[in-house]
Amino acid sequence: MKGSPQVTLFAIALLVLSMACSMLLLRQLDKTRPVATLQETLFISSPKVLQRMSLGYSGLLADIYWTRAVQYFGGHHVAGAEHYNLLAPLLEITTTLDPHLLPAYEFGSSFLTAQPPNGAGMPEKAVELMENGIRNNPSEWRLYFNLGFIYYMELKNPNKAADAFIRGSKLPNAHPLLKVMAARMADAAGDTLTSQMMWKLTYDTSTDKLVRANAAAHLTALIVDAQVGELESVVARYQIVSGRTPATFSELVRAGMLMGIPIDPVGNPYILTPDGRVEVTDPDKLPFIKMGKPLGYKAPDLPKLPTD
Amino acid sequence: MNTRILNIASNTFREAVRDRVLYNLIAFALLMSGAAVLVGQISIDIERLVVINLGLTAVSLFGIVIAIFIGIGLVSKEIDRRTLYTILTRPVRRWEFIAGKFLGLAGTLTVNTICMAVGVFAALLYVSHKFQQSDAWILVALYFIVLQFVIVTALALLFSSFSSPLLSAVFAFCLFVIGSFSEDLRGFARMATGIQHWLATGAAYLVPNFSALNVISSVAHGQAVSSQLILYNTAYALTYTLMSLCASVLIFERRNLK
Amino acid sequence: MSAIEILGLEKTYSVGFWRKKLKCALKPLQLSVEEGEIFGFLGPNGAGKTTTLKMLMGLVYPTAGSARILGMEINDPRMKAQIGFLPEQPYFYDYLTARELLEYYGRLSGMASADRSKKVGEMIERVGLRDSADVQLRKFSKGMLQRVGIAQAILHNPRVIFLDEPMSGLDPIGRREVRDLVEQLKQEGKTVFFSTHILSDAEALCDRVAIINLGELLRVGSISELTANVRGKVEFVWHGKTIPAALNQLGAECHISGETVRAIVNEANQDAAFDVIRRQQLRLISFTPVRTSLEEYFVAQVKPNGASAGGGA
Repeated sequence: MKGSPQVTLFAIALLVLSMACSMLLLRQLDKTRPVATLQETLFISSPKVLQRMSLGYSGLLADIYWTRAVQYFGGHHVAGAEHYNLLAPLLEITTTLDPHLLPAYEFGSSFLTAQPPNGAGMPEKAVELMENGIRNNPSEWRLYFNLGFIYYMELKNPNKAADAFIRGSKLPNAHPLLKVMAARMADAAGDTLTSQMMWKLTYDTSTDKLVRANAAAHLTALIVDAQVGELESVVARYQIVSGRTPATFSELVRAGMLMGIPIDPVGNPYILTPDGRVEVTDPDKLPFIKMGKPLGYKAPDLPKLPTD
Repeated sequence: MNTRILNIASNTFREAVRDRVLYNLIAFALLMSGAAVLVGQISIDIERLVVINLGLTAVSLFGIVIAIFIGIGLVSKEIDRRTLYTILTRPVRRWEFIAGKFLGLAGTLTVNTICMAVGVFAALLYVSHKFQQSDAWILVALYFIVLQFVIVTALALLFSSFSSPLLSAVFAFCLFVIGSFSEDLRGFARMATGIQHWLATGAAYLVPNFSALNVISSVAHGQAVSSQLILYNTAYALTYTLMSLCASVLIFERRNLK
Repeated sequence: MSAIEILGLEKTYSVGFWRKKLKCALKPLQLSVEEGEIFGFLGPNGAGKTTTLKMLMGLVYPTAGSARILGMEINDPRMKAQIGFLPEQPYFYDYLTARELLEYYGRLSGMASADRSKKVGEMIERVGLRDSADVQLRKFSKGMLQRVGIAQAILHNPRVIFLDEPMSGLDPIGRREVRDLVEQLKQEGKTVFFSTHILSDAEALCDRVAIINLGELLRVGSISELTANVRGKVEFVWHGKTIPAALNQLGAECHISGETVRAIVNEANQDAAFDVIRRQQLRLISFTPVRTSLEEYFVAQVKPNGASAGGGA
């Protein structure tokens, strides 16, 4: 005699049904709001005001904004945005609320700098972020490294880069390569080996998945550039020696100028064009390469996001 | 059946009114007038922004507080005063009682919000001397706020049907805070791995999604709200409320009223 | 068909958070009450009276057993339309007036609106609240609240009325009024089942009583049955101030008040006592058999725990 059985059964059925419906509707709601507007994600765009309003819970709030920054970036990245307008403000707020949140600085260094659609294309903002980070965390050698990286790679300013590397190298726990890179800044900019060193250092010492993936892709591109360059110079030598353009790589192998059929880092064979150029088979898999792109190749169009 | 539920609902409304709940409107009116006058003296261009942001946030917060404080006592007060015993010994079923209490409080909050809406629009008129086309979206924002109240009421009632007022208030308040960050909770869930991922995902689905119901800032900037969002939010609020009420009924049906 | 049939209702609670201990609030109870009776449910505090009542009202679910009221099941709404209940020490909705409260209850009981207002007015008159009908309940005294409580219990003209400690907290006048009301209900052919620990009220009103202690039913019967003069005493009253020593030997309890002496002896010693009084030539004023009062019976049943016999000795 424990209550009315009909009511109990009906309530249980209705409970299960409504639970299922609410979960489905949650997913629909998520889709209807894929990109929060500037106003909503930030709500209060001034970091200082936000910090004062956070009543001492700024650590938690920083984590929340950090999550939002990653979600925002991830969401945009997949869809191929032209702008990442919110990334800089989000990272600014995050690091104002928690100046010691190192992953945020690292993320900003990679993805504020990179050009769209891979990043926001705002290297100056990245520099600002790094300088901020250095002020709050003066003994983190990675921040100096990132700063120099940005100056060298994107802003093409080897002097400022050297400056940053030197400052960083003075720290007790600095990576030994910092000194080396400072030295190399004196030589010509655009030096592949220097670039390779920097990307490799980023890849080796970062813990963020996205940042490492980005670095790996750049390293692969550098390898391809080097390989394509070398292969094309071999082809040129053959032309001089034999007076004609080789038709396949096998000819070069038979002529003793190549060890074997060359394969690119993603496992596809290189292609030798009739006019003596070397191209990659699948350029979509190798973003960031400068050489070896087939003629007339255009990067694929990713679905456009509404601008924020 | 319906008349009994409506009777209980109207008595709950009467109780709230006679308990001087509606006096909160006075505090609200003072707040809005003060803000309107102050803002009129500061810079140009953002008065509307401030009035709408402040007004809607105040409506939301006042209402949540009322929803929690009255909601937690909906069942426990009736037990303390022994009135529940005289009601359930009449031809009133236990689930009708729950439904009636819920409708009563939800109705009270709706009336309260309508009064406050008048205050917000009055302050807006004072500050910018005319209405804009986009001000219609303020009504949508208010509608979403009422949906929030409905959910919080259902949750407070759920807790009231089995736990003490203090605990109920704590639980309801926690759920409100977490629910306001539910989209971030889902973000955490996506970034986490292993057990934390499943726990966070489970929590993210069970916790009410208040972040989707909060369009205050976009409405303050005069942006439209998509009709799809309105549709989904309404459906979601209704199904979530239904879920909570069913749970309340199930618990209340089996409870020994000592 | 009995008005109330209790068939083995039982309630055990499990107490404690971690290690659940079983606490028995009511042992299996078998009882029936006929229509038109005034039935008293007596017991000390914590005996299980309120638990029983709440199980009959469907507020608490029994661990075992069942009950029927007017032949219908406990949670049947049709049955509920025919019963009224007054809980112990109610507060009601203090923001309502008496009239509003009764209107509300009337609506919930499904009374039609024209009929309702008339009945509410009648009820207010009947319980003597005419002057305070439109005063908020928060201003009511305990006695007035009790009267409102009875009003809501009988408003919809139920056939069976359940009252939980209806006289508690009332002054003698209030008690008298409630007693008169219950008598009236009996005249109208209604069944009244009420629990109390005030024995004089039960003695005055009830046709039958049940005595319950520590969750167990000890005795059921009419007042006269329970206080049947088995272990009766007799009372002698004579003029004077002397108490013969012989009477003391018979185990008499004597009280001197003014110019008269009262002596109470066991019935068994009645004749011997007569002899003593005659020999002493005392001026006998009266000789009355004293029945055991319900109170004495009750205490005898309840007090010596293990020794409380199920049958009257």
